[in-house]
Amino acid sequence: MIRLRPYLTVFRMRFALMLQYRAAAVAGFGTQCWWGLIKVMVFAAFFRSSTAHQPMNFAQAVTYVWLGQAFLALLPWLADPEIAQMVASGNVAYERLRPLDTYFFWYARAMAWMIARAVPRALMMFSFACVVVPVLGMGEWRLRLPATPESAALFLAAITVTVLLSSAIVMFVNLGCVVTLSERGVNSLIVPFILILSGNIVPLPFFPNWMQPLLFAQPFAGLVDIPYRIYFGGLTGWIALGGIAQMIAWTVVLGFVGHRALRAAMDRLQVQGG
Amino acid sequence: MNAFQLYRRYIGASMRAQMQYPGSFLMMAAGEFIVTLTEFVGVWALFRRFGQIRGWTFAEIAMFYGTVNVSFAIADAISRGFDVFGPQFVKTGNFDRILMRPRSTILQLLGYELRLTRIGRLTQGVIVLAIATHWLGIEWDARKVALLAAAIAGGVALFVGILILQATLAFWTVESLEIANILTYGGVEAAQYPLDVYARWFRDFLIFVVPIGCVAYFPIVRLLGHRASMSAPGWLLDAAPLSGIIFLLIALRVWRVGVSHYKSTGT
Repeated sequence: MIRLRPYLTVFRMRFALMLQYRAAAVAGFGTQCWWGLIKVMVFAAFFRSSTAHQPMNFAQAVTYVWLGQAFLALLPWLADPEIAQMVASGNVAYERLRPLDTYFFWYARAMAWMIARAVPRALMMFSFACVVVPVLGMGEWRLRLPATPESAALFLAAITVTVLLSSAIVMFVNLGCVVTLSERGVNSLIVPFILILSGNIVPLPFFPNWMQPLLFAQPFAGLVDIPYRIYFGGLTGWIALGGIAQMIAWTVVLGFVGHRALRAAMDRLQVQGG
Repeated sequence: MNAFQLYRRYIGASMRAQMQYPGSFLMMAAGEFIVTLTEFVGVWALFRRFGQIRGWTFAEIAMFYGTVNVSFAIADAISRGFDVFGPQFVKTGNFDRILMRPRSTILQLLGYELRLTRIGRLTQGVIVLAIATHWLGIEWDARKVALLAAAIAGGVALFVGILILQATLAFWTVESLEIANILTYGGVEAAQYPLDVYARWFRDFLIFVVPIGCVAYFPIVRLLGHRASMSAPGWLLDAAPLSGIIFLLIALRVWRVGVSHYKSTGT
């Protein structure tokens, strides 16, 4: 049996560390409110300009936008900066000495980092978009609550899997960092995929209909699109469960492949520095 | 050596430094190109569904989008010194050294780095502008070229002004605050769509407080000859990009106040 304690410990330490960056969280929050408002206003103008049938209504699009701002930190934007640092300095060799599985060790770090960044931001964003926005007289632009209790429960399950999936993708970025000896290339490579394929820039249902099956099946959909559509009731019942199953499947596949690839990379590790 | 020659020396050194890693440079420039392109793909997807936004077509939006991206790419490339001012100069005390030299602080910070990777965003903006011109069948005469040039020049001045204000803030906060992104990246995001898309208070903010609308919206409206609901006289709209320059001048005044408040953190 795998001993879980070391992984839980690194998770706890990392989580506590990330909670220290409160000023950064507040500044990020201000930026995201602003960003969300711009996107909401653009959607409002689009919906007023056309009577054509749309894949989601205005209230749902607004909810999608705010959820995107609330959970922005759950996206796998970057390689773990400290791992990038270790690769650059050569200290990554020490990771070989630990009597732990490097993959799970780093995976726990990635997860802690993500959750600690996301939780305070999500709480602030929910209070802004659910409470402050309507109080300011912009009720049309508020973040709605989940469509039904069933949607809420399914959403909680989905967003939990999102964390696992996103961490598995971060591990691929970390892996790219170890292999190419620099985080710059992989970081700039991953971002466009996240922006377009997760639904971060535009909700995926707005892309042309013929793309929809492909978009629904690819791994980035589980980061944004599937959980958010479950939240507002766009995906229900078996389709919602299918979406969550898709996310779990990708998590397992990416985790399995990433685990093997990282072991291979660490066995042929090139150490920089002197 | 006059200021211009000195600036050329600075920039020459900065470019040689960045070209030491040509692979990394190419990858980052390409990455920047692709990332900014994804934004445009998003706009395309929405237009494919909705057809138009408040009477504006996709081709017209592309004009706004291209102009503001070109402006921001240039401003962001030349103002790197101000962008990293907090962590690189105030926190480390390196600003002391800048003050020691018998040259203006502005010149030295502009000379800190010319960020070549911004060519990614610039290229994307230029391509979008070219495509939009083609779609709209714009015939470039002297007046239209002047309007576009004024829009871009005003935009560059405005964004440089914002970055200078962001740097000025670091005299008090030490760290650079991410909050300025609201006006830089957020400004680009907002100016990609015509102003009449937005709510009244937001529009007023973008015209009178941080005049992104004046540098990006009014000149393009004039250029397109669009029947936008503007009650202002034509000459006033033509002069609107000047507000970017005025904003920059104000930012420079504020900068001077900041410099006089500077207390070194150095050891």
